[in-house]
Amino acid sequence: MQHRNRSARIAVLGSPAPRSRPVGSSSRSSTAVKRRIVAGVLVLLSLVMITIYFREPAGGGLHGVQGAGATVLRPFEVGANRVASPFRDAYGWFAGLIHAKSENAELRAKLDRLRAQYIQSSTALAENEDLKRQLHYQQLPAFPGDFDPVNAEVVGRPPSEFDQQVTIAAGSTSGIRLDDAVVTADGLVGKVSAVTGHQAQVTLLTDPNLSVSALDFDTNAVGIVSHGEGSGTLTLDRVKKSAVVREGDSIVTQGWKLRGIASIYPKNIPIGYVSGATNSELELYWNVQISPSVHFDSLHSVIVLVPKRRP
Amino acid sequence: MTTFNLLEPAKVAALVFVAAILQVTIFSEIDILGGYPDVVLLTLVAIALLRGSVYGAAAGFFAGLLVDTATLATLGLTSLLLTIAGYWIGRYGETTGRDRGHAPFVSVAVATVLVQFGALILHYLLGDTVSARRVLLEALPPKVALNLLLTLPVYALTRRLLGLGAAPETATEVRLLG
Repeated sequence: MQHRNRSARIAVLGSPAPRSRPVGSSSRSSTAVKRRIVAGVLVLLSLVMITIYFREPAGGGLHGVQGAGATVLRPFEVGANRVASPFRDAYGWFAGLIHAKSENAELRAKLDRLRAQYIQSSTALAENEDLKRQLHYQQLPAFPGDFDPVNAEVVGRPPSEFDQQVTIAAGSTSGIRLDDAVVTADGLVGKVSAVTGHQAQVTLLTDPNLSVSALDFDTNAVGIVSHGEGSGTLTLDRVKKSAVVREGDSIVTQGWKLRGIASIYPKNIPIGYVSGATNSELELYWNVQISPSVHFDSLHSVIVLVPKRRP
Repeated sequence: MTTFNLLEPAKVAALVFVAAILQVTIFSEIDILGGYPDVVLLTLVAIALLRGSVYGAAAGFFAGLLVDTATLATLGLTSLLLTIAGYWIGRYGETTGRDRGHAPFVSVAVATVLVQFGALILHYLLGDTVSARRVLLEALPPKVALNLLLTLPVYALTRRLLGLGAAPETATEVRLLG
């Protein structure tokens, strides 16, 4: 068994004699100073970048450098997406298979309903076109006829829950400008919030800073769609209590124009359907939850609506 | 006279670059229970623990710059958070966490929480509308869990790629010298 000489240790620790300076302490302190300088400089540089980036306009120097950097990174992002694509597809295939059976019966019933609606709608559409021609009816740019679609791959997603944005592989060289509406075949995705030569940032409809004027397609109730409480959900706000909102109603973009100012979103782009609507006595407006048509978590490609004629 | 080995920073830069590209293209899409793993932070933790605070800070700055550039986000924001995280983890590795088997796990858990809190504060300061409930209550717990699940493979891979071989025997008790 090993014994330690405790009394000797106490005697040494308790003695008033000054301890000798450890060998190499000056080199250690100089290393510590260097270490702190490196960290301090990098923190300062980050703060300077945030300040400049935040204060300069969208076409500023730092934005330009970022755009050039994004262009350099684009091939790597596209490459990584291509490599991941088969795995992603395989996962999607298996995930789809689980719900396929129940979905099949549901879709067959839906198809029968929609066939009947299609026949009625086709007749109404033909009548509508005819009447518009006769009345020389003036209207806002309509979707999709008055837009050039730019199909773009999603190449980047933010690595945090703070930003509801994606980066796409098309930019100003494809005609994309700030605030252009972005859709998929399912419905509205969001709008372009930053553009570089070959890339653009799209802010999703689920972003807290984005709102869209919308319409209940079935009852014409008007409101504003914004992000919901849960992840990937939306709400329809500011719907007057006098309006009618029912569960299952389709919500589409309103596409308004007022004294020369027009909505950036064309009319009648699907946003989602009403998944819940409550009308409390204490509140001024309807409380409407929307299930989005677009699956924001699995966006792989989008369509940017580039107007054929810009104001 | 000590010679500066250029291969080491090059390896670290390559690692960070790959992690950042994978994060913005693949890992940010893997949504499990409302959160997704952060391989950039995991790689940074591994680099900082294995290579110290200077490498940690520099790797954090570079990683943040890449992520902000690739996603066209506010330049410098992620750099600031990851520089501080890298430096702090590096210091922990150089002092208390040296040769401790649990150091990567402790670092990842604490860094994930602090970076998330830091990001929330910075976004508030910049005037962004962010939901603290979504970020802290819904996304953070699954994120911490996913990051902890991936800690070991990412740490082992980083260790191997940096050419450090097998992990040294971890200290199990405090030894008194003298």
